[in-house]
Amino acid sequence: MAIVFQPTEGLTTKPLHYCPGCNHGIIHRIIAETMVEMGILNDTIGVASVGCTYNSYEYFSCDMVQAAHGRAPAVATGIKRTHKDKMVFTYQGDGDLASIGTAEIIHAAARGEKICTFFVNNAVYGMTSGQMAPTTLLGQVTTTSPFGRDASYQGYPINVSELISQLTGAVYVERVCVTDFKNIQNAKKAIKKAFQVQQSGKGFAFVEFLSTCPTNWGKGPVEAMDWLKEKMIPQYPLGCFKGADLDLEVKA
Amino acid sequence: MAQKRVLMKGNEVIAEAALRAGCRNYFGYPITPQTEVMHYMAKKMVQIGGNFVQAESEVSAINMVYGAAAAGARVLTSSSSPGVSLKQEGISYIAGAELPAVVVNIMRAGPGLGGIQPAQGDYFQATKGGGHGDYRNLVIAPASIQELYELTVEAFNLADKYRMCAMILGDGTLGQMMEPVAFRDEEPIVTVEKPWACTGRGDRADHNTVTSIYIDPDVLEAKNVELQEKYKYIEENEVRYEAYGLEDAEIVITAFSTCSRICKNVIRQAAELGIKVGMIRPITLWPFPTKIINETAALSNVKAFLDVELNMGQMVEDVRLAVNGQKPVYFHGRAGGNLPTQKEILDKIVEISKGGNV
Repeated sequence: MAIVFQPTEGLTTKPLHYCPGCNHGIIHRIIAETMVEMGILNDTIGVASVGCTYNSYEYFSCDMVQAAHGRAPAVATGIKRTHKDKMVFTYQGDGDLASIGTAEIIHAAARGEKICTFFVNNAVYGMTSGQMAPTTLLGQVTTTSPFGRDASYQGYPINVSELISQLTGAVYVERVCVTDFKNIQNAKKAIKKAFQVQQSGKGFAFVEFLSTCPTNWGKGPVEAMDWLKEKMIPQYPLGCFKGADLDLEVKA
Repeated sequence: MAQKRVLMKGNEVIAEAALRAGCRNYFGYPITPQTEVMHYMAKKMVQIGGNFVQAESEVSAINMVYGAAAAGARVLTSSSSPGVSLKQEGISYIAGAELPAVVVNIMRAGPGLGGIQPAQGDYFQATKGGGHGDYRNLVIAPASIQELYELTVEAFNLADKYRMCAMILGDGTLGQMMEPVAFRDEEPIVTVEKPWACTGRGDRADHNTVTSIYIDPDVLEAKNVELQEKYKYIEENEVRYEAYGLEDAEIVITAFSTCSRICKNVIRQAAELGIKVGMIRPITLWPFPTKIINETAALSNVKAFLDVELNMGQMVEDVRLAVNGQKPVYFHGRAGGNLPTQKEILDKIVEISKGGNV
């Protein structure tokens, strides 16, 4: 009988702890599959951050370093500068990257660090129970914006991909989602391209994944997917912001 | 055979010592009075193919250190008091993840932005942990440029040996002054295998992980017990100090780093007045030389201790704990970047000698 689906070597056998309907599992899986397919799993060092994915170091089967809140791009810088021939990626959420870690991500991008950042934006702090994130939408109810995010009081969402794409050191920036097969395939292409950019030594690669948080959004898994498409995408349009036509010939 | 002596500034010697110790990674952020470490590294590290990164902040610099250390490298960062406060988050993570790293603090006067003149006000921060959680750093306090060189090399060996942060704690005087230094032809580098490092999995059967998070209370408690056992071993094996004149001293001075050198001159002056003064100079501030201080306090010739620091009284607390009530412990300190004059200290000694209430 032909095997049509099986676990990927890129993930350990440890069961994921994520809530039903959360997209982290899908995003983990396609990053892991991409590392295996590209043959880079044993040459990659990942950096886990703080939030729901704090223990992603137990899931990815490549070498993994756990970083302090927001500091993953700095930690990755230290790793990559030490092992220039290895692939290094960070996996960060929106509270981690777009709030406490803004300095680290902006400067890693500005330096053109030869790393990949996978940024998972679900418009809320998940782990700490649903507080307002820098990416929370206007009007969105969270535990710290109980009357809905009000621009006059709490300011506006940050469009991180658009911001990063302004920096010369960032050579590839794309925003994707994983709501359906087509988008998952597209997201996987973006992951592969980010690693290829790193292999080419051209500079910093950034992929933003729009993601769901059914638990803290107070929605069912299917309803959450719909909310992402209807509410998040208008604020955070999908697409490649930089590097669509990059020549990715790997340096000898 | 040692090479010819050269005249060098303390901060430059730190950088040169690190390079000689095989350190090929430096991450830092500018702050007075330690910036010459960066200047030296920016040039020399790059010339020999190592990594020099001027980070966006001290917070970032220490996290780059964390990354390089997790990747198995010898790594250095340097800063001064306010900058070292910012590094405390990362230092706690380094302790939790048991990573080897060398951190230099060339202290200036605080609190807050304080001033840029020499001080020793970060003794508490350095020796009691500094960041969150139960942990220690190896804290080494050189008193001369020659010692700064030798102990910086040693700091890398100790950091690797114990998988922890070794901190060079000097005051601004040490960083800024120039003295002759004789470099060795070959450094006593102790190479330690790092099978735990994240270097890319390669042929390893399992992946390596570096982390400081342990959600299960029993696992985290066991981790803490393990750390404390390591610290206890270090307390028993790595204490370093310089002591002299204890056998007939009436008064024993305790002082560290450059402050001890002012005291040395005072000891000569006191001898001219017929007052016998000895000194215990802790070289490791943690582990602290508790035993020698306690034993010295028991000597019948010793009447009192005088602790002299460039702060308002910090190491004196550890001296008092070590003396344990056997003899009175007096304190003389200056702050704000001022240094005590020899006369100030001598006056204090004369008063103590007379049995005065100082």
